[in-house]
Amino acid sequence: MTVFKMTAAQVARKVIENQSLFILDVRNKDAFEDWKIEGHSFDYLNIPYFDLLDGVDEIIPKLPADKDVLVVCAKEGSSLMVAEMISDAGRDVFYLEGGMKSWSSYLEPIKVGDLTDGGEIYQFVRLGKGCLSYMVVSEGEAAIIDAVRFKDVFTNFAKEKNVEIKHVFDTHLHADHISGGRHIAKATGATYYLPPKDAEEVVFDYTPLEDDLTVKVGTSQIEVGALYSPGHTIGSTSFIVDSKYLLTGDILFIDSIGRPDLAGLAEDWVGDLRETLYHRYRELAEDLIVLPAHFMNIEELNEEGTVAKRLGDLVAENHGLNIESEEEFRHTVTDNLPPQPNAYELIRQVNMGKITPDNDEQTEMEIGPNRCAVR
Amino acid sequence: MNPTKILDVKGMSCPMPIVRTKKEMDTLNTGDILEVHVTDKGALSDMPAWANAAGHTIIDQEEDAEVLKFFIKKA
Repeated sequence: MTVFKMTAAQVARKVIENQSLFILDVRNKDAFEDWKIEGHSFDYLNIPYFDLLDGVDEIIPKLPADKDVLVVCAKEGSSLMVAEMISDAGRDVFYLEGGMKSWSSYLEPIKVGDLTDGGEIYQFVRLGKGCLSYMVVSEGEAAIIDAVRFKDVFTNFAKEKNVEIKHVFDTHLHADHISGGRHIAKATGATYYLPPKDAEEVVFDYTPLEDDLTVKVGTSQIEVGALYSPGHTIGSTSFIVDSKYLLTGDILFIDSIGRPDLAGLAEDWVGDLRETLYHRYRELAEDLIVLPAHFMNIEELNEEGTVAKRLGDLVAENHGLNIESEEEFRHTVTDNLPPQPNAYELIRQVNMGKITPDNDEQTEMEIGPNRCAVR
Repeated sequence: MNPTKILDVKGMSCPMPIVRTKKEMDTLNTGDILEVHVTDKGALSDMPAWANAAGHTIIDQEEDAEVLKFFIKKA
């Protein structure tokens, strides 16, 4: 029978549209347990490719006949080998083009909503890594917040929308993924902003992102306003877009809150994190829609694939916003933290401009989930 | 440590390093040692996982510039 190719984009549609898929993941067990393709209606079988070198007869009965079977590995080679064996055994089968490497890189732009006078806000969902980037578009101009490193996705999208990228922001110095911010700014002539308190060691020029800084985007003059909100890092800054959306960076997520330890100062920043979550954010309008920089699992995705929820609902439902005692809060965000993201110290160095790894090395650093949150 | 045989799979990418190592291993006798030279970084986790599953023992492992060297004793 036939071996078909499936692209990361096609897998993304299956996740978002809640379709079923049977994933035969042929990476080794540790890699699979650490990080896999998550789907609402996906089923999994993990058998390392090296256990299948003598044949696939044993697993054929375990592959369902009534749904697509997708073989997945790290880079593609092993999944293609196993897919060919399965096809030789008489079954139709797919392999994932580019493997987990391309899954980790894929971005799906989804419109979150309309802004004043024809403006729009888009969320770029990186399903494989749980990263969320944003583009605010108004006639003629765009602003980007927390861009991941795939610069061309953003510049091409801007071209399609016929807008000029004028402002590029990072809410903080990221530790789980490599920022594309300053590269987009350089390619487009846009201004690149970074919170100065996170940028003490950076080796490139940037414009300080200070509390209360406001820029206006496009002919409809959509306001993007900065709100200093430390806690995940000391510089962490949120944005309020068009008095409608609250971009929380890595401070507040849908079902979790930011961890304060990735820059090495958990104890020092617990107080800031609490102040931001329990005081600064509480003073804001509850009808603001929270747009975070990450999600942790696909339960946090809305029906159309976006990650967004009303602030008032999060105040009521998010565990991290409902810890009354300060002592318990401190304990929650500093003790028993999940493992840190892969290569997070190196990634911080890249984002400071101190090291400049090539594309393959960057891909390697970003392997795995983002792990920026505590629950 | 005297390898019975040396296998050079430098420049090959996954799954070939393991495929070739297994093939070579099948020709050796119990207790023989195969020295494998590989550049694919995936081998760092896959080689030990494969050896473990197959019952072989990795008795030594070196990293020389970009080249990983595994010394695998046949079960």
